[in-house]
Amino acid sequence: MIKQNTLRRPMHIRESFSDRVFLFFLYSFLAIVLLVILYPLVYIVSSSFSDPLAVSSGRVWLYPVNFSLRGYQVTFQNPQIITGYINSLYYTFFGTLISVTFTVLVAYPLSRRNLYGRNLIMFLITFTMIFSGGLIPTYLVVKQLGMIDTRWALLTPQAVAAFQVIIARTFFQTTIPDELAEASELDGCSDLRFLWYVVLPLSTPIIAVLALMYAVGQWNAYFDALLYLKSSSLQPLQLVLRNILILNTTASGSMDAKTMAERMQLADLLKYCLIVVGSLPVLIIYPFVQRYFVKEMLIGSIKG
Amino acid sequence: MPRIESDTGPLYTSAALGQSGVRPRSAAPKRTSQWSIALKSFRRYWQLYLIMLPALLYFVVFKYVPMAGVMIAFRDYNVIKGIWGSPWAGFKYFQLFFGNPVFWTLLRNTMGLSVYALIVGFPIPILLAVALNEIPLGFFKGATQLVAYAPYFISTVIMVSMLMLVFSPRLGVVNLGLQAIGSQPINFFGIPDAFPSLYVWSGVWQYSGYSAVVYLAALAGVDPQLYEAAKVDGASRIQRILNIDLPGIMPVMVIILILNVGNLLAVGFEKAFLMQNPLNLGTSEIIATYVYKVGLLNANYSFGTAVGLFNSVVNMVLLVLVNTVAKRIADTSLW
Repeated sequence: MIKQNTLRRPMHIRESFSDRVFLFFLYSFLAIVLLVILYPLVYIVSSSFSDPLAVSSGRVWLYPVNFSLRGYQVTFQNPQIITGYINSLYYTFFGTLISVTFTVLVAYPLSRRNLYGRNLIMFLITFTMIFSGGLIPTYLVVKQLGMIDTRWALLTPQAVAAFQVIIARTFFQTTIPDELAEASELDGCSDLRFLWYVVLPLSTPIIAVLALMYAVGQWNAYFDALLYLKSSSLQPLQLVLRNILILNTTASGSMDAKTMAERMQLADLLKYCLIVVGSLPVLIIYPFVQRYFVKEMLIGSIKG
Repeated sequence: MPRIESDTGPLYTSAALGQSGVRPRSAAPKRTSQWSIALKSFRRYWQLYLIMLPALLYFVVFKYVPMAGVMIAFRDYNVIKGIWGSPWAGFKYFQLFFGNPVFWTLLRNTMGLSVYALIVGFPIPILLAVALNEIPLGFFKGATQLVAYAPYFISTVIMVSMLMLVFSPRLGVVNLGLQAIGSQPINFFGIPDAFPSLYVWSGVWQYSGYSAVVYLAALAGVDPQLYEAAKVDGASRIQRILNIDLPGIMPVMVIILILNVGNLLAVGFEKAFLMQNPLNLGTSEIIATYVYKVGLLNANYSFGTAVGLFNSVVNMVLLVLVNTVAKRIADTSLW
């Protein structure tokens, strides 16, 4: 996908000795990079599957010690985490739906060359990436709209990203020729029908990318929830995770641990399990959408 | 990577569009042609204009109204009187901020983090991309790519938690290693001087793979004939990298550099805020977190907005400046 130059290179020219040494260094460099990226992930996952005692005495460093699912049991008994999970699924689903719809609806018209005012609108959208009113004015707008402590506060203030509009517009511009729209217009097809029956079926890759980026953004966001939400029943998972993992608020109510020591051991273990549980949905879908994701980068970065 | 276009000077068309709505058609014969083009476009594509409305409304309400709202930086904001009714305060809040010793600390922390992140974070993805580009397709290459940009999808909360766990003085694997070689455990999050490195290198860990994809995409666009010609002429791998790969991705490098420099004061709130604790506040307090604490938590709306506005304006000026310089020197620019 990324690069096939190596295949196209004539293979009959033999690599010189110094080139082979250089290649060896490249492989070593990449192998080190691979290990450095992989190790923390492996460490966290291994710890989460270990025995509470092994974790809190620092015996886990690579593979699970005394394999145990105790941590996950405790995790899924915690009502805060369950609520957070359900809330996050809700925000991610509806947020992505709104975002993708709005983005496609604005990006497609902007890709039509004859649309009057298109450059102005594009400029105004792009300008929001360069300059912003800032935290407090935005907060005051959300407050004025009565969205504080409602689900709308997480669904609307970040609904459309200028960057995604640019990417979607570039995609439409390069894949759907204006002539196609003109031809169907002659046949009496309205713009809306054309969008629904011709453009959308041709645009599944970009819709997948938009959905992925927006969904990951929603799933991972915590700051808007911190700003706008007060009720714990509305909090998304990331905010619950922040309270437990970073502020060290122990989720004690749900634990039936008998002694203080065991409770502390579980609190340690719980952190590792929460990290795994919190990133699981994203990491599960990621390999499947990876090829689309690379495509987005290509659209976004190469001119024309 | 964002690309900013303004091919036909949209500002001029905007003037025509804006004014023509006010004037009666017959009164301004010169504008009639523009107006009639617009009207024809509206009539022909009314459906397209209609479906743009939700998103345009979004940008107006959540982006442009707050931009107008920055005027509370120049007013004594009062909840009852609102944004438009509060009395003017002039530059009082800016003077208050610049005169406060915390200003220099914030500026130093924010710029220090940015520059550090730029120096470390800019070359590493390029190195990674060039290395990946050199090795042949196969399992190793695929696996490295897949793993390299997986951390990008980890949330900030989880990233910081992982960092705290790995560097924890009691259980962290780093300190276990230090103890194994006979050293005392170190509480990294309690050392102010360790904060910039923790912040920057964890960012490198998380984002290098993702950034490398951009360069890989650019490298894929390099003409393969160049490689063949260089090979026939006996160029080594290093020579091919230096003379073909790097010049080939130069435009992309410049654009990413412009964007990075343009964001010099826009150090992300989210991560720094989560990594803060009373011990490292001396180096971890940045403009964005200060705005949140003083402006929102303490409800000094006007003061907070003034600080935030200072940040936005400096960023915008830097971006324009760097873009102009890049245009002159490297012949590449965002617009």
